[in-house]
Amino acid sequence: MIRKLTLSVAVALSLSTTGAFASGAEAHVEDFAFPFEGPFGSYDQNQLQRGLKIFTEVCSACHGLEHVRIGTLGDEGGPMLPEDQVLAYAAGIEVFDPALNDGEGDFRPATPADKFPANTGAGAPDLSLMAKARAGFHGPYGLGLNQLFKGMGGAEYIASILHGYEETPACAEGVDMAGSYNVAFPNGGYPDSCKDEHGNHTVPGSWIAMAQPLVGEDVEFDDGHSNELHHEVQDVAAFLMWTAEPKLNARKTAGLKGVIFLTVLSVLLYLTNKRIWAPHKNRGRKED
Amino acid sequence: MSGIPHDHYEPKSGAEKWLHSRLPIVGLLYDTLMIPTPKNLNWMWIWGIVLTFTLVLQIATGVVLVMHYTPHVDMAFASIEHIMRDVNGGHMIRYFHMNGASLFFVAVYAHIFRGLYYGSYKAPREVTWIIGMLIYLLMMGTAFMGYVLPWGQMSFHGTAVITGLFGAIPFIGDAVQTWLLGANAVGQPALNRFFSLHYLLPFVIAGLVAVHIWAFHSTGNNNPTGVEVRRTSKEDAQKDTLPFWPYFVIKDLFALAVILVVFMAVVGFMPNYLGHPDNYIPANPLATPAHIVPEWYFLPFYAILRAFTADVWAVQFVQFITFGIVDAKFFGVLAMFGAIVAIALAPWLDTSSVRSGRYRPMFKMWFALLVVDFFVLMWVGAQATTFPYDWISLIAATYWFAYFFVILPLLGVIEKPLPQPATIEEDFNAHYGNPAE
Repeated sequence: MIRKLTLSVAVALSLSTTGAFASGAEAHVEDFAFPFEGPFGSYDQNQLQRGLKIFTEVCSACHGLEHVRIGTLGDEGGPMLPEDQVLAYAAGIEVFDPALNDGEGDFRPATPADKFPANTGAGAPDLSLMAKARAGFHGPYGLGLNQLFKGMGGAEYIASILHGYEETPACAEGVDMAGSYNVAFPNGGYPDSCKDEHGNHTVPGSWIAMAQPLVGEDVEFDDGHSNELHHEVQDVAAFLMWTAEPKLNARKTAGLKGVIFLTVLSVLLYLTNKRIWAPHKNRGRKED
Repeated sequence: MSGIPHDHYEPKSGAEKWLHSRLPIVGLLYDTLMIPTPKNLNWMWIWGIVLTFTLVLQIATGVVLVMHYTPHVDMAFASIEHIMRDVNGGHMIRYFHMNGASLFFVAVYAHIFRGLYYGSYKAPREVTWIIGMLIYLLMMGTAFMGYVLPWGQMSFHGTAVITGLFGAIPFIGDAVQTWLLGANAVGQPALNRFFSLHYLLPFVIAGLVAVHIWAFHSTGNNNPTGVEVRRTSKEDAQKDTLPFWPYFVIKDLFALAVILVVFMAVVGFMPNYLGHPDNYIPANPLATPAHIVPEWYFLPFYAILRAFTADVWAVQFVQFITFGIVDAKFFGVLAMFGAIVAIALAPWLDTSSVRSGRYRPMFKMWFALLVVDFFVLMWVGAQATTFPYDWISLIAATYWFAYFFVILPLLGVIEKPLPQPATIEEDFNAHYGNPAE
């Protein structure tokens, strides 16, 4: 697997010239198959619930979701938790309410109308929009065609980062690097000892500040669903895609309806147009 | 209103006569809708309707978005997320508005290149052309200021780059930049005024669109042959034209519906494809994105801006003869605006007596190259400024100017045009047959 990854990165490197997105090409993002991809794709409610559990038990220790209202966990097209579970989930979170304690503010248990707390760990970015704030796929040659066919790849990027922790490569042995080596992370520190004479990177990825958060079997699912690392990273990435784009299901349904409606309208207008012009185009278009 | 002879509105009932003698608004609408239109117009003459529709779409969705948006540096980003999450249908309205800008520019570029190929800019339509270019400039300003409003990373740092262009003006640059931003740096004053202007300019555009339509309703439409409609008599004019309603309204609506199928698919299935992920990160003055890339519709002119670096001998020469007043940065700014001014000057740079590119064999080749050049510039505008992209952008930018300032004037002298049809009727019947036969 790793050899295959390294090989494909090497191929990608040799094919791509140093374009604007070269840094992206130097990290490997795996093309995971998510159920919400494509025009007909939609969120898998069970997957979102598993992702929520991983987020709650692991990620939320440092990361926040400051734009996400807790009550939306029960919304159509989301994890769709039953109402009692939403209430229980909210009650388990402490939020800061500036109105309490005579205007000095105090902590209280959250209600569904509250938003998730902002980040708690220093430097840990908010994850509300992370799946839309990163693009997993670029190119080729700056044409953006990969994104056209594979999607923007924000969820793939998140899953790849979580799955991308590997042993420090031989070229960086003994070099004092902050953070952990990650094959999917493009923007971190990178030792000179891993660059060739042209400055090209010899190993993919870079060093990321976040220590490996998931190692596999981090959470137990009630239904006994697999908690291998490869499944966990997809579940939590899918959940973060939902936090970034909670109306995805509704949007795709509207898009499909719109496309069908406008296609029918196009056909009707085509026939109308043909008919009103017919008296003026007596012989039809000449062969020329 | 139109110079082409045709039937005018005649009020019949008493009420119609009463209104007509006080405000001839029905007559105005009738004459506008029934304007004689060359019957040989092809499918490149549909973009005007697409643009009008898009302007209305942008204003309608924009007015609703404003009801929920907060133009404050600490709240703008969150208010967009409020629209995306809490406002009923807000996510669709916002995605329509966001991608509507792209639809606007797809249509305007098709519209401009249509005009460039069929010589729609030539006499007597220069005023229509100039007003069109003003609309295009306002569109660019409006789109840029709209992109600032979400106050994401690209909004913030893009504003710094674009207003920095004005900072390159010699002597007064810094003052101009400060005046534009309302402060020394991008911040609350800039966001507030961009919000105000982003709301105002579309209505200015709407006014100019009315003048644009008025202008070409006076001269009559151009058409693929470039041959004018006969105005000798109403009967002659009717052989060359059909009324706008229903013939061209239905045709244009059909084309619009087909284009909207694609638009709807983009909005529904891939609304962020044309955007940039960095703009989903809240603006942070301390962290500059690795690659500040403008939206796709600015890329051709952004490429021209960056093409002329201090390494180019022409830039060094200009810097020398102006005693360093025009440095590389200002040269790039002049080139970028010059590239747009060049389009506006086309009516006076084109010396050919033949209007339509259809009958100009040499022009066709150079025009095709200009279209390719436009896409090359668009692509290279998103690339790094390293080799080979620096050379590609320099060559492509040079061709842009060569086309307008060298090739267009020369072709009129050296080119031997093909014979043109005597009338529009002749051209139409050659394609579709004579209805009288």
